[in-house]
Amino acid sequence: MTVWTELEPLLAKVQKPARYIGCEDGVYTPDHHAGAASWLLAYPDTYEIGLPNQGLQILAEIINERPDGAAERTYAPWGDLEELMRATGLPLFSVDTHRAAGDFDILAFNLSAELTYTNLVNMVDLAGCPIRSVDRSADDLLIGAGGHCTYNPEPIADFLDFVVLGDGEEAVGEITEAVAAWKQAGKGDRLEILRTLAGIEGVYVPRLYDAVFGDDGLLVEVVPNDPAAPATVEKRTIADLGEWPYPKAQLVPLTEVVHDRLNVEVFRGCTRGCRFCQAGMITRPVRERPADQVRTMVSEGLQRTGYDEVALTSLSTADFSGIEQVVVDTVNDPDCGGQVSVSLPSLRVDAFTVGIAAEIQKARRTGLTFAPEAGTWRMRQVINKLIREEDLYAAVRSAYSQGWRRMKLYFLTGLPTETDEDTLGIATLARNCVEIGKEFHRNPSVTVSLGGFVPKPFTPFQWFGQNTREELQRKIYLLRDELRRDRGVQLKWHDPKASMAEGLASRGDRRLADVIEDVWRHGGTFQEWGEHFDLRLWEEALERAGLREEDFVYRHRTEDEALPWDHLSAGLHKDFLWQDWRDALAEVGLEDCRWTPCYDCGACTGYGIEHVVASAVPPAGGSQGTGQDLTVGGEVPVTLLPSKPAPVGARA
Amino acid sequence: MRVRLRFTKTGKIRWTSHRDVARVWERVIRRVGLPVAYSQGFSPHPKLHFGLALSTGHESVAEFIDIDLDDDSPALPSPDELDALPLRISAALPIGLEVTGCAVIPSNTTSLQQAVESCEWDIEIRNVAPDAVEAAVARVVAADDLTITRQRKGKDVTDDVRPYVLALAVVGSTDAGTLVHAHLATQPRGLRVSELLALLDPAWEEGLVRRTAQWTLIDGARHEPLPGPVEPTSTSHATVRAS
Ligand code: SF4
Repeated sequence: MTVWTELEPLLAKVQKPARYIGCEDGVYTPDHHAGAASWLLAYPDTYEIGLPNQGLQILAEIINERPDGAAERTYAPWGDLEELMRATGLPLFSVDTHRAAGDFDILAFNLSAELTYTNLVNMVDLAGCPIRSVDRSADDLLIGAGGHCTYNPEPIADFLDFVVLGDGEEAVGEITEAVAAWKQAGKGDRLEILRTLAGIEGVYVPRLYDAVFGDDGLLVEVVPNDPAAPATVEKRTIADLGEWPYPKAQLVPLTEVVHDRLNVEVFRGCTRGCRFCQAGMITRPVRERPADQVRTMVSEGLQRTGYDEVALTSLSTADFSGIEQVVVDTVNDPDCGGQVSVSLPSLRVDAFTVGIAAEIQKARRTGLTFAPEAGTWRMRQVINKLIREEDLYAAVRSAYSQGWRRMKLYFLTGLPTETDEDTLGIATLARNCVEIGKEFHRNPSVTVSLGGFVPKPFTPFQWFGQNTREELQRKIYLLRDELRRDRGVQLKWHDPKASMAEGLASRGDRRLADVIEDVWRHGGTFQEWGEHFDLRLWEEALERAGLREEDFVYRHRTEDEALPWDHLSAGLHKDFLWQDWRDALAEVGLEDCRWTPCYDCGACTGYGIEHVVASAVPPAGGSQGTGQDLTVGGEVPVTLLPSKPAPVGARA
Repeated sequence: MRVRLRFTKTGKIRWTSHRDVARVWERVIRRVGLPVAYSQGFSPHPKLHFGLALSTGHESVAEFIDIDLDDDSPALPSPDELDALPLRISAALPIGLEVTGCAVIPSNTTSLQQAVESCEWDIEIRNVAPDAVEAAVARVVAADDLTITRQRKGKDVTDDVRPYVLALAVVGSTDAGTLVHAHLATQPRGLRVSELLALLDPAWEEGLVRRTAQWTLIDGARHEPLPGPVEPTSTSHATVRAS
C-alpha cells in the first residue's frame, strides 16, 4: 500500500521535500508478490548522504534480479518530517513506491558510521516495530544490518535480528531464499527463521548468543545459547569482483546529494596495512576488477546517467594496476565529448605523479586531498603509513604545477605513542606545503583536517586506549596555537566529544544497548551531525546505565582480555593483529603483501582465496614507497599509558 | 543555433527545486547527445538558459528552456531531427518532466526571464468552500490599491500590487477545496502565488498550484514564448521510458 497521499500534504511543510519523493533514474519498482522476500534497505542518515551509498544499491539490484526477492530503499527522515509523521501516524516508508515499512518482510541497515545507531533505533520505531529483537513476534519485521560497523555489532545486538559480516553479494541471496521460504510457509515461529539465518555463512544472529560478564564487570565471553548458532561467525568474501559488475544501473538522484557522480569500484580490499584503518584490515584480500570491465562500466555508466564526472573508487585507487591508462582512456573518450572529469578518492601521495595530475584536471579541477595521517616519520612508522616527507612534497609540487591552488591534508591525532612533537609535526608539513605552493601561485592554501583517532575492532590498535576528550582537545589547541600566525594554513578539526561517543559504540559490548536506547529516547538522533551531537545525552545515559566511558573507551586492553567481537571473525588471526600491535609500538613498518610474501594474516589463507591483482609489480613509489628495510622486528619493550582505567582528564 | 523547448513539470517531481531541474537538464542534454555549446573559461559549463523560476511544490505545463547548440558540431540536428527532439528528450527525462514543444529561435532573442510579462496559474485553496473564496476574490478584484510590504533581495519593499493582478476568478472546486485561476504580471517585481494567497486570506493553505501559461508582450499583443499545445501530449511517455 502506498502512503503517498498521506505523505504529500506534509511535504509542503518540510525542508528539502525532494528527499522523500524517489523518482530517481533507476528507481526500483519491484513486484512484491506473495512468494517474494521484501527487503526495505535503509541507510540511517539523510537521503543526501545515503543515496550514493554503493553497497545499498548493489544489494538492491541483486535482490531485485531474483524471482523470490524485492527491494526498495529508505533513509532517515529529517526531524521536521519525523515530527509530522509521528503527529499524523504516518509510518516509515520506502522512497521508491512509498510503501509502508510494515508491508515489507525485512528492514536492513547499511551501517558505516557508529554515530548513526540512534537513527537506526528511531527508524525501527518509526517502522512500527518493537525496537528490541526479543519483543518481536512472527509478523514483525526482521531487522538486519551489514556494513563495516557490524564487525562489532554488540552495542546494537539487542536491536538486530541478524547481521551480515563482510561482502553481502552472495549472503543477501541466501537470506532472500530462506526468508521467502519461511514466508511461503506462513511465517510460523520467529525463532525458526532466526535459526535458519544463523546457519548461513557470514550471518550472525545475536539472540542465539549470550554475553557473559565476570564479577569485575569485564566481559568473559559471548557464547551460543542454541545449537543452530556457530561458535564463531566468519565473514563472507567474494573471490572475484569481476563476477559482480554492480551497480549496473546506478541511481541518478533528482536533487543534490554527496558524491553526485558516477562511481565505479575498481577494487575491493587493501593490504597497505595502515594500522589505524579498519576498512583495510576487514576487506582483505585485494580483488581488482578487470581493467576492461572498469572501462565498460565507466563508458556505459556515463552514457546512461549523463554525469560528467566519474569516481574510480577503492581504498587506494592509485594502487589499481594500470590506473593511469584507465584515467587517460576515460578523459579522452570521444563519446564523452572531452567534458568528463575523473576523481580518484583516496590517492596515496607516493603515487600522485605529474602525469596523473595533468590527466585528471583536463576537464575540470576537482578538490584534491592527501592523507599523510601523521606529522612525523616516526609516527607514520607506528601506524604503518610509510609516506616520506619527500613523497608528500613531490605530490604537492605536482599538483601546484598543474594549476591547483588549494588542497586538503588529512591527519589523525590521538594515535598510539603520539607525543606533542608528532602533533606539531603536522604544522611543519602543512607549512612546507604552502611554501612549495608559493613557487607557483600567489596565495596557495592548505586545509588541515584533523580527526581524533578512534580505535576500531579487527585492527592492531583494537587494544589501544583512546585518548580522553581532554587530551584530544589539548592536542588540537596545541596545533591551533602553533598555526595561529600561518595565513596559508586553515585548521579544521573533529569534535573530540563526538570521538568519545564513537569510541563507545565502536568497541562497546551489549551493555551499550541501554545507553543507545536512552540517548534516542531523549531525542538524540542525527548524532553524527555536529550541530545535533549532544554529549550530555550520552553522559546521562551512561550514568543511568551505571556504566563509565573510561571502561569502554580510554582503557588499554590486555592480550588475554576477551573482546566483545571475539566470536566474530574478519579472517584475521588474533595473534597476527597482536604481533602487528607490538610491531607498531616498536615503530616497525610492514610491507604490502600484494607484492611481497604473505604474512598469513588469515584473510586469504583462512578462506582459500587470494589477491586478484593484474600487475605483478608495485605501482609508483614501491610497495610502501620507501625502499627501506622493513623486516619485522622483534618484541621491543615499550611504555604505554596505564592499562587500568585512567581517571577522566588524566594526561596520557 | 538556439533552440527553445517547452516542458511540463507535474506529479511527484514538483517537489524538486528549480536548481534540481536545471541539473537534470544538464545531464539529459548529455544523455541524448545534443551538441550543446559550452562557455569559455576556467570551468566551462553548457549554455542553457532557464525561464522564470518555479517554486518547489508547484506544477507547470508551461516551462521553457533555451539551449545554445554548437553550430560547428557535425551532430547539429537537421529539421527532421528537431521535430523528433521532444520525444527523444522526453524519453530521457524523469517521469513528470516532458517536452511538449520545440522551435529554433534567433540567437539574439530576449531572455525568457526578461521577455515574460505575466503567468497564468491554477491555484487550489485547501479546505475552503467556493463561496468564501468568491468573496475574497471579489474584494481583491474590486480594490483600487493593494499596498503590501514584502522582501525582495533581502530588503523590505512596499508596493501597490493591485496592478499585478491581471485576472482572478474562482473556477470550481476540487476534492481538497476550491480552484482559483489567476493571471499575474511578473514585471518589474511580480506577484507570487503565495503573496496573492496572503492577500486573499493569510490563514488559507495552498493546495496544488499549477502554472498554465507564460506570456510575452510584443507590440502590445500577448504571445506565448512558443506556439503550440500546452497540455502534456504523449501518454506513451511511461512506455518509452520502460522500454
Ligand atoms: S593472508 Fe597473506 S596475502 Fe592474504 S591479506 Fe593476509 S598477509 Fe596478505
